[in-house]
Amino acid sequence: MATRTLRGQAAVAGIGETTCYKHGQSPDAEFKLALMAILNAAKDAGIDPKDIDGFASYSNDRNDPSRIAAALGTKELRFSNMQWGGGGGGGAAAVGNAAAAVATGMADCVVVFRSLAQGQFARFGQGPQVPTISGDMAMQAPYGLMSPAQRYAMKCMRFMHDHDVRHDALRAISLASYHHAQSNPRAVMYGRPLDEAAYDASRWIVEPWRLYDCCMENDGAAALIVVPAERAKDMPHKPSYLLGAAAGSDHRCGAPSHNHPNYASANFASVAPNLYRMAGVKPSEVDVLQSYENFTGGVLMSIVEHGFCQPEEANDFLVKDNLLAPGGKLPLNTSGGNLAECYMHGLELQIEAIRQIRGTATSQVKDVDVSMVIAGPMVTPVSNCIFGSEATL
Amino acid sequence: MTRYLPEGLAIPVPESDGLSQPYWDGVAAERLMVQRCQNCQTWVWGPEWICHSCHSFDLAWTEVAPKARIYSWERVWHPVHPALKGHGPYIIVLVELPGADNIRMIGNLLGDPKQDVPIGGSVEAVFEHHKSANPPHTLVQWRLA
Ligand SMILES: [Zn+2]
Repeated sequence: MATRTLRGQAAVAGIGETTCYKHGQSPDAEFKLALMAILNAAKDAGIDPKDIDGFASYSNDRNDPSRIAAALGTKELRFSNMQWGGGGGGGAAAVGNAAAAVATGMADCVVVFRSLAQGQFARFGQGPQVPTISGDMAMQAPYGLMSPAQRYAMKCMRFMHDHDVRHDALRAISLASYHHAQSNPRAVMYGRPLDEAAYDASRWIVEPWRLYDCCMENDGAAALIVVPAERAKDMPHKPSYLLGAAAGSDHRCGAPSHNHPNYASANFASVAPNLYRMAGVKPSEVDVLQSYENFTGGVLMSIVEHGFCQPEEANDFLVKDNLLAPGGKLPLNTSGGNLAECYMHGLELQIEAIRQIRGTATSQVKDVDVSMVIAGPMVTPVSNCIFGSEATL
Repeated sequence: MTRYLPEGLAIPVPESDGLSQPYWDGVAAERLMVQRCQNCQTWVWGPEWICHSCHSFDLAWTEVAPKARIYSWERVWHPVHPALKGHGPYIIVLVELPGADNIRMIGNLLGDPKQDVPIGGSVEAVFEHHKSANPPHTLVQWRLA
């Protein structure tokens, strides 16, 4: 029996985005944003949008593939896929699901997309305003534990306690994103640099996180076109081959009332080894990393769980210079990421990973062959993926 | 009646299937009740229909000593609900119960909201009754022992 793997079987041939707006300020409806991003990605790939035959998304995206297919005049719909789970945890899984569909012949051209217009809908960062509550939230909301930051801060607090990680490590992650955003005219924080003093002076949101440890909330949409590897060779851009993708979480991660056994974690304990195994890649071979920042603490634990440093080394490894393109040990979030480019629910990180392989990033790392994305730490399921240039095949 | 957080947050109620009803009945009587598998003795929390260890459905509501250790904590400064606007910081603790194989529960740490919080510190439960609320309910808070 042949080895069961996605390695080298599919590639990203097109990327597309809309303008990124502050939350609630999109002039366009959420559904229209999705269409615009998909059309931009199809144009980038040099394909007729009507030839897209599959759709993959995550986090309960509200824009139903059947409606999109009807609106676009899609010739034939063959793959309609939603990765269960909230937050940005499904961002890499959606790419993996799309690749699985084209690799197995279920579809020929799948678009991964995510669209958000929070002005039209409720914001993530607010608590529910309801008279009564039941289920697991009944054990949390009455104690003032409601928002994503509040849900995950205690994981980070325990991790920092267990390994004596200082706040400086979190600060370095934030400063790296803001640094890279200053080279990126698309970034919401372009022209708004952040230094140590401004970070230190910023208000607490929930300890151990300050304002600049927390992602923005934005309106916009992003899309990637995934095709079989052999087809990508003949398309306009240098292909980014998917070397591996993984999703899930370790034992009883979703146990209610914060009873996940491996609590002080970004939830990649099982998912990171699965990714490296499929991709045939070691952490030392990763040229550039996009690691989803819902909160900097999630990046801290993701970096440790993916083997870039040991927990005891976090204070020394997570310093700004190590995280900057082009010359840092591990260039991180090179577009500005969720903190400073745009919160497109992490799909903008996938697009940045592709730009790094193409050589078109605004903070370009030299000669990128292995480009990695970690999606949505601390939620469940989480996911991750690794893209490679042709040289890695 | 004293309360740690202002009035106006969502009031906890059992699910329509009644899964957690014995917990809420227990805390109203100042008894901390959690589930325990009658087949393999695994402690189960939060409320569930099945034992995650042996798949028995025979879970019994069992009283556990209201004593715990602080496993982690956070201090909330930024309010995300109108009832908390202008209230100031408050502390949420995640505690583990040594009397029930260290299952964890969430509550507030009573006292100065700016106090240092010791991970590993011993705490005891304080039953915070809201008898005039609609519907009436009881929260389980914690204070350093
Ligand atoms: Zn059992």
